Amino acid sequence: MDALNVIFVILAVAMVLAVARFIIGPTLPDRVIALDTIAMISLGTIAVSAIERESPDLLDVGVLVAFVTFLGTVAFALYIERQAP
Amino acid sequence: MKEILVATLSFVGATFVLLAALGLLRMPDLLTRMHSTAKAGTLGTGLMLLAVAFHYGDVGLASRALAAVVFIALTTPVAAHMIARAGYLLGATLWKGSIVDELAGRYDHTRRILKPPAPKKPGQRA
Repeated sequence: MDALNVIFVILAVAMVLAVARFIIGPTLPDRVIALDTIAMISLGTIAVSAIERESPDLLDVGVLVAFVTFLGTVAFALYIERQAP
Repeated sequence: MKEILVATLSFVGATFVLLAALGLLRMPDLLTRMHSTAKAGTLGTGLMLLAVAFHYGDVGLASRALAAVVFIALTTPVAAHMIARAGYLLGATLWKGSIVDELAGRYDHTRRILKPPAPKKPGQRA
C-alpha cells in the first residue's frame, strides 16, 4: 500500500529528530526523554508494520516495547534522583 | 471506507509523533521538551494503535490494542512525572523566559521533602 510508505517516511524523519536530541541533549534527563520518544516512534513503526504485513502478532511486540520502556524510564528516574545532590 | 479510516488514523498519529519529536529537538529546556513529547507522543501512538484495531476488526485483537492504548495513557504521565522530578532535583536550568518557579527554595535536599509554601500576604497575587 502506498499510503503506508508515507507514514514510514514521517516516522523516519521523527526518528532522526529524536536521535539528534539524544546525541546533543546536554543533561542525562534530556537523553532519557529522548530515549522515551525513540521508543514511542518504534512502537508506532511496529503498529504500522502490523497493518502493512497483515501480521497481527506484531501488536504483542508493541505492547511489550511499551511496557519495557515504562520500566526503563522509571529505573532511570530513580537512578538520576539518587545521583542528585 | 475502512481503508480510508485506517489511513487517516495512522497518518494523523504519525504526524503527532513527528510534532513530538520536533518539539523534543526545538524546545528550550527540559520541562518544555517533556511537555511536548509526553502529550503529543501519547496521542500519536494511541491513534496508530487504534488504526491497528480498526484494520483487523477482530474483537480479541481490538481489545488488545485498546488495552495497549489504556496502558500507554496510564504509564506515560507517571514516567514523565518521575523524570521531571528527578531532573528538577538534579538542578535543571529553566528557560530564561520562565516567569514562575513555585518550587524554588522549597526542596529540602538532605531530607528529600518538600516544604509547605510560605503563607500568602493578603492582597498578594497567587
